[in-house]
Amino acid sequence: MSALLLMLLTPAAGAITLALLPRLAWAGWVNVGVSAVCLGAAAALAWMVGVHGEVAGHSFRVDALNGYLVVLTAFVGFTTAIFSRPYMRYVCMRGRIGERRMRLYHAMYQAFMLTMLLALTTDNLGVLWVAVEGATLATVLLVSLYRTPEAVEAAWKYFVLCGVGIALALFGTVLTYFASQQVMTDPEAGLLWSALYQRAGELQPMVMRLAFVFLLVGYGTKVGLVPMHQWLPDAHSEGPTPMSAVLSGLLLNVALYAVVRLKMLVDGSLAATATPHLAGHLLMGFGLVSFLTAALFLHRQRDVKRMFSYSSIEHMGLMTFGFGLGGPLATFAALLHMLVHSFTKSAIFATVGHAAHIAGTQSIDHIRGLIRTQPAVGWSLLIGVVAIAGFPPFGLFTSEFLLLTATMKSQPWLTLALLTGLAVAFAGLFRHVHPMVYGVAPQGQQPVLANMVPVAVHLGAVLLLGLSIPPSLARWLDMATGLITGTHLL
Amino acid sequence: MSLTGLPLLQQLLLVLAALVLFTSFALLAQARLVSAIHVFAWQGVLVAAVTTLVAAAGQLHHLYFSALLTLLLKGLAIPWMLHRLARRLGLARHVESLRGPALTIMAAVGLVIFSYWLVLPMVQESLVFTRNIIAISLAVVLIGLLTMVFRQQALVQVLGFMSMENGLFLAAVSATGGMPLAVELGVAFDVLVAMVLFGVFFFQIRESIDSLNVDRLNRLTETAGEGD
Repeated sequence: MSALLLMLLTPAAGAITLALLPRLAWAGWVNVGVSAVCLGAAAALAWMVGVHGEVAGHSFRVDALNGYLVVLTAFVGFTTAIFSRPYMRYVCMRGRIGERRMRLYHAMYQAFMLTMLLALTTDNLGVLWVAVEGATLATVLLVSLYRTPEAVEAAWKYFVLCGVGIALALFGTVLTYFASQQVMTDPEAGLLWSALYQRAGELQPMVMRLAFVFLLVGYGTKVGLVPMHQWLPDAHSEGPTPMSAVLSGLLLNVALYAVVRLKMLVDGSLAATATPHLAGHLLMGFGLVSFLTAALFLHRQRDVKRMFSYSSIEHMGLMTFGFGLGGPLATFAALLHMLVHSFTKSAIFATVGHAAHIAGTQSIDHIRGLIRTQPAVGWSLLIGVVAIAGFPPFGLFTSEFLLLTATMKSQPWLTLALLTGLAVAFAGLFRHVHPMVYGVAPQGQQPVLANMVPVAVHLGAVLLLGLSIPPSLARWLDMATGLITGTHLL
Repeated sequence: MSLTGLPLLQQLLLVLAALVLFTSFALLAQARLVSAIHVFAWQGVLVAAVTTLVAAAGQLHHLYFSALLTLLLKGLAIPWMLHRLARRLGLARHVESLRGPALTIMAAVGLVIFSYWLVLPMVQESLVFTRNIIAISLAVVLIGLLTMVFRQQALVQVLGFMSMENGLFLAAVSATGGMPLAVELGVAFDVLVAMVLFGVFFFQIRESIDSLNVDRLNRLTETAGEGD
């Protein structure tokens, strides 16, 4: 419990400190330090979960499923903080933002981490909603940080679309509470997920079905599911790059986590009705449509960060499909995919941020010859894209292969759609990335100050996961799979 | 059971809820910005009145607190902030030309019918009161959404957003006797922060496109996605 408290208090204290810090030169280091403490606490928490099975109390509850996401979130938060220090200093030196906005950036970075960790660890569906909405509020000013007309437009779209989406999710939460009141005696416990899950079979199926549609549309907006994805490419392309990295690597995961938890409730409630797999089928539908649409849209992108945000939609679609398919194998694959996608995508965004600084633009047509100018950036981008396209020996190949196997078993025809989508996405990525990496560098293109350690760590981890998954991680993911599906894989 | 068979208190609640729905319609079609803000303030007051009645009927003491919070936040603070913003942005006398008002209102009527259709099979016949309230709240939420889609003025879009929140609160209070206090406080905090951020955004938007007509925010499209 104390590790949990420390983990939540660190970013809260960090946000306040960074807002008031007298010497701005320290802000980057303080940000790294706070994130490191937070990661330590998350690791301690995970250790306790590993020993006891779950850590619960005071409307917080951490089990194998959210425990693993907590560590992932804290870890990516930490490495992105390392990457963001030189990156934001460069942005500040170039005069794109002033001192006040630097302060805002660092304070909001920690506030965002707080909302993510709160959303993951809380047991209360209402608090989950508050935290996910809080994540929008913390990041919306960061999307418009550069104050260009495009950035302001992106931030407004992000604010309004996610605000509306999340309002629908609140309606779903109210309906869930309404259903729970018919079976629970204690109104205070009526929104606790664990209490609801125990009595999921008694929740009125009609109410829960309606509630799930609202919750899926609401949280699905944040996952970036088509057709509610309109905010995502804009917000990712116009905000500062470290923000794109944590939005893609963390926020989308947390929103999907919320959907998975709610699916577990609805599955319990609908088990005895004529449509027991309604929630799963909805997830499969939304997931597949998102996956295929995003794969096609990859081809017509001209902004490099926009392109990779479509790739995020594509992968979130794949995970949603996996969770919808259900069964231990597909769920295990989706959980693994969450992990490797977060690692790879945040590494890619970090690299792309440096690439955009080298070329002085985000336009794909004008980024050329990265390997000549700065080999570390060029190679990282190439390796990152090979990994994200799902090539062996990287971890995404493993998870996608498992997912395809599971699909082949239960819905063989859909394998065809998945394979087509993967091929289309691969072509879309490579036709853009190839000239960026190998093309002829323009005259006078200079390397930039870059810290490639986080990128190397992330890509190394993805490679390792592709070669062999450590037994402890496999057991951990299997525990989470057992929680979601009720059956173990290993 | 028919509506006239309900206890008087519940009938009164339904009347108030219907009035909330009416203010939603007024908000949708009100062209004058300042009047729209007033309508929104009335909606907040009505929701607070519903909350007080529910609290009195069910002896739910924590709801008195929610009612006070709603009155202060939705009835006074947010309308006051919007008023101030409208004055500072020079929009005090702003009148927006509506596109196809009749069609918009018809769409809103359609949404009300849709809400009833969605909620109708949900609860058993005995819960005729709850069913009506949930349907009305859903209609308020959806009409708020419609307001955000049909109106181009950023301030009016925010009014639509806030009236969606009113609808959600109405649902929570009347169908479930209010959410747990921690959740309610969290939601109120989020709404307040959102309002402050909206205020910041109005100035950013005006600075970038010289207007608050968000239809002009159209730089980011798929084909024109090239960098600068």
